Amino acid sequence: MLELTDLTVGYGGITALHGISLKVEQGTIVTLIGANGAGKTTTLRAISGLVWAKGGRVTFEGEDITNQPPHKIVARGIAHSPEGRMVFANLTVHENLQMGAYLRSDKANFAKDLDFIFTIFPRLKERLQQTAGTLSGGEQQMLAIGRALMSKPKLLLLDEPSLGIAPLLTKTIFEQIVAINRDLKLTVLLIEQNANLALEISHYGYVLETGRIILQDAAAALRANPKVREAYLGG
Amino acid sequence: MHWLQQLTNGLALGSIYALIALGYTMVYGVLRFINFAHSDVLMLGAFSAFYLAPKMEAIFGPQSAIGALVIIVLAAAICAAIGILIELLAYRPLRKRPKLTVLITAIGVSLFIEFTCQHGAVFGAATKPFPKLLPTRELHFAGIEMASNDLLVLVLTAVLLVAMWFIVQRTKMGMAIRAVSFNEQAASLMGVNVNRVISFTFGLGSALAAVAGIFYAMRAPGIEPLMGVQPGIRAFIAAVLGGIGNLPGAALGGLLLGVLETVAGGIPGVSNYRDGIAFAILILILIFRPAGLLGKAMIEKV
Repeated sequence: MLELTDLTVGYGGITALHGISLKVEQGTIVTLIGANGAGKTTTLRAISGLVWAKGGRVTFEGEDITNQPPHKIVARGIAHSPEGRMVFANLTVHENLQMGAYLRSDKANFAKDLDFIFTIFPRLKERLQQTAGTLSGGEQQMLAIGRALMSKPKLLLLDEPSLGIAPLLTKTIFEQIVAINRDLKLTVLLIEQNANLALEISHYGYVLETGRIILQDAAAALRANPKVREAYLGG
Repeated sequence: MHWLQQLTNGLALGSIYALIALGYTMVYGVLRFINFAHSDVLMLGAFSAFYLAPKMEAIFGPQSAIGALVIIVLAAAICAAIGILIELLAYRPLRKRPKLTVLITAIGVSLFIEFTCQHGAVFGAATKPFPKLLPTRELHFAGIEMASNDLLVLVLTAVLLVAMWFIVQRTKMGMAIRAVSFNEQAASLMGVNVNRVISFTFGLGSALAAVAGIFYAMRAPGIEPLMGVQPGIRAFIAAVLGGIGNLPGAALGGLLLGVLETVAGGIPGVSNYRDGIAFAILILILIFRPAGLLGKAMIEKV
């Protein structure tokens, strides 16, 4: 479904990605693990068009989408729940979810999809008319994911959904990611500091180190891999 | 001297400031810089009306209400196009550059428009009498005297302010403007075409400036290419007073400034310092409430 071929990205004089290649098959959850600064976020940002690729290619459903502007990439069915959540703090929860559905013109289904978001994250329903800036970190994360889902994506890019969130909420969020993948057949590309958690719910994984992919395998195999265990899973 | 009289005069002037201030504050909201050329768009609005007036008089007859409305709408459309063009040619290529670069460019655009228009082949530097678009009458109500034009300006401005609130708070484009103001990248991830939102913002702000320019010209002795500078600076101060980036703040700041100026102008001994009032207010605001009356203190994003 999604394929990166030899993708190179640099900021100023620094090269963040040294030609990485990876594949995300339809219906799977794929995770990118790696230390801080390994290039995980940059990879997602290059896919959604927020940063410019210097070389290589991004193809989605067989079409080249390299360096297209973000709003055109969203229109193809890729939703990105970005690092730091980036919810619109000045807008209400309801408006944030409306923003998620910005490109959709089917008003009738909006209410239905809103209800679906409330069934996975009931907390958002209670907060509907609050401005998003007043939500807790965990609630903002739910909103960021809900907002991304409102675009009815084929592929969901998730950047660090557990960052700065209480463990209990993290568990809820991860359970919902699994449910969404299973029930909606939504493909997910996940990046996560908590490699244990990420590999547990993923089908396949890639290990990034300083802008290069050094290892890839089925998630279960990566979890069993002694090198991965030592470097990323706490021994 | 009648205080209520001063208040109505002040509100009439202040509502013009408010219309201009909205343009400053909206552009600041989406692009985080002060579009100094905004005051020149106002002037171009007045000149558009100046050149349209005889043509509309030929079609609709002298001082017809429909003719005046057509003039205002056409001038607003012309200025909306000019505003969009300024952003496209001068500011968009600098989008990724430091804000200071854009700010200096804005000053350059402003000077370019002003001095090009002063050239004899364009408008010329001399003051031209602004045509009477509508018949004027003195209205008397509860001891207050008011020119019918001032009342009209007040009512039309109120209508425009409500329309602006509706656009920004209740339409999809308005929501996109607010989203872009908060975080341009996140808005683009929702599928918002950020360039289109910025163009729309410039167009809307410039259209309001054109209307304000015509209203201002109706009260002024005449129009000339530098006529936008004084109301422009005051509207900028009004926007800062209300809290830059904040729409109700800009309207409130404009009205307040208009009233303060007019009231000060009516006090013997103080009236000479009338022009200094706006700047004194700016200094006080910068010292005591840098975020403005309705603005929230924000941490500078790095």
